[in-house]
Amino acid sequence: MKFNRRAFIGTAAAAASMVAPMVRAQGKPRVVVIGGGAGGATAARYIAKDSKGEIDVTLIEPTRTYYTCFFSNLYIGGFRDLQSIAHTYATLASEYGINVVHDYATGVDRDAKTVALAGGGRVSYDRLIISPGIDFIDGAVPGWDVSAQDVMPHAYKAGTQTALLKSQIEAMPQGGTYVMVAPPNPYRCPPGPYERISMVAHVLKEKNPTAKIIIADPKAKFSKQALFEEGWQKHYGGMIERIGPDFGGENVSVRPDTMEVDVDGEVIKADVVNVIPAQKAGHICEAASLTEGNWAPVDGHTMQSRLDENIHVLGDATNQGDMPKSGFSANSQAKVAAMAVRGALTGSRVFPAKFSNTCWSLISTDDGIKVGASYAATDEKIAKTDGFISATGEDAALRKATYEESIGWYEGITSDMFG
Amino acid sequence: MKWTLVAFTLALAPPGAALAQDTADAIGDADRGAKVFRKCTGCHQVGSDASNRAGPHLNGIFGRRAGSIEGFDYSKAMDRAHDDGMVWDIEHLDAYIENPRALVSGTRMSFRGLKDPQDRHDVLAYLRQFTANPQDIPESAPTAVAREVELPPEILAIVGDAEYGEYLASECLTCHQSDGADAGIPSITRWHPEDFVVAMHAYKRKLRPHPVMQMMAGRLSDEEIAALAAYFENLE
Repeated sequence: MKFNRRAFIGTAAAAASMVAPMVRAQGKPRVVVIGGGAGGATAARYIAKDSKGEIDVTLIEPTRTYYTCFFSNLYIGGFRDLQSIAHTYATLASEYGINVVHDYATGVDRDAKTVALAGGGRVSYDRLIISPGIDFIDGAVPGWDVSAQDVMPHAYKAGTQTALLKSQIEAMPQGGTYVMVAPPNPYRCPPGPYERISMVAHVLKEKNPTAKIIIADPKAKFSKQALFEEGWQKHYGGMIERIGPDFGGENVSVRPDTMEVDVDGEVIKADVVNVIPAQKAGHICEAASLTEGNWAPVDGHTMQSRLDENIHVLGDATNQGDMPKSGFSANSQAKVAAMAVRGALTGSRVFPAKFSNTCWSLISTDDGIKVGASYAATDEKIAKTDGFISATGEDAALRKATYEESIGWYEGITSDMFG
Repeated sequence: MKWTLVAFTLALAPPGAALAQDTADAIGDADRGAKVFRKCTGCHQVGSDASNRAGPHLNGIFGRRAGSIEGFDYSKAMDRAHDDGMVWDIEHLDAYIENPRALVSGTRMSFRGLKDPQDRHDVLAYLRQFTANPQDIPESAPTAVAREVELPPEILAIVGDAEYGEYLASECLTCHQSDGADAGIPSITRWHPEDFVVAMHAYKRKLRPHPVMQMMAGRLSDEEIAALAAYFENLE
């Protein structure tokens, strides 16, 4: 984590300036970004960097320390420590002049073009960018709601939840049982639950080799399935059991008070239950009436909301077409939105939107795999143009190189987000 | 261009490969290639007593995975080509000896390259004699149809639009770091534009092996590649 005195002052000063509501720089167009993750931080940084001071950028993000969801599975597996996935907004404030406001955005007045903050006050915008990530659908897993997350963690927003899940796994009794309730499509990070299973197995194989891992899965197929199943057989043979929809994997309820999971009438007594519920756009999208169904529809040419041309929505929260919900996708979409916003506000050149995504996953030590694709905007959606995936049976050198590449990518994207 | 092999099928063909004679032509003139190879002998040996010198020995080079001689200290870039699965088939050898840095940017092979296609074909014909298992001629990878990494002058002459390059580069910078750090993923900043353009076209034509880069380069136009080269050349 990068942190220095000068940067700290930058953040503090920026936060202090927001105490008085409706302060605005005279004459400069104003962009407000809600959410400081892969979409929001990237968009804020690119607009501030490329407009060279012509646009006033405010970033609203509740947490002072941001933990990336990507690589949080590697923390569970013992390949990274928590500090290595922690980032602050200090450089965005000090080097890029972004007003970083640590507060919750509670609502958007689309007519007045203002964002309401939980701490009181409003921030006005000419263009608003919303990149809030996901929230969970209430009642998606009967017996579970957010109040149960301290007993049955989701660990699908990184930070304390991830740390809790890791400590629960490490405290399992010998021969104990870990159950994951996997989410239905669409959800954040398609390979994420299965990389997590790999990391849990990696830990248990060392510390608790008679433990069992059960996945209750409502999906018939999942991302990189052949690659994961090959790897599980190779590294963790016999430890992992997946119950798909054929065997009731879509009919699951949980009882947090007794640590039981009911899979289609069969009750499993578990030591750790990792519930990853069905998902929807982060709450602010719904509060701003930008959703249709569970997600916010956007125009892929500019990432503008189809319901409000002054608002761009990025990342997991969107319904955009073929791109998976991933940090890489959000980062890619942010650059298209940043270009479109600068074009609209300062008349800078606008180029055709290009998108790409790659998702790396780690199966075991030095056994990395990847899947990726490129995309272009059509009037209907963001459409896939080309793609690739790791092959089964690849040799160890290539898998190791793929893992090392993923570490390089982590350094690249986090520099791209946080400066 | 068609790679052809009459010389070897006559000299080396085992039983069963004789049919290949009808369709195969020679790679080049091996005798002449032996003379061209003198340019290489300062660093490379080939033949029964060959050992590693400044460069690795070249026995069995056809079909050998790049960077795979045990105990030879390869450049990081060649190690990466190895990990990415690059194999020395005839088209990769041809591209490499034409311009080593165009195929493997950080190679230690400081050789300006053989620009004359005939010289390359002749020296490859010479080297082909020191690779066992010639029975795979001409169907298998070592004799697959070559694609030229040599670009028409009009492509190299395109003046890149650096401003467009800046937008396009934002996609590269998700993985490649703008400060030139190169752990796990190579640095792409401050390259000579021609090297950059040639490398991207080598990915686009799937000569360079990496699947992400083949995909990324595959959808870039000649102008877009030039724009990226112009932008990255001057990135501080």
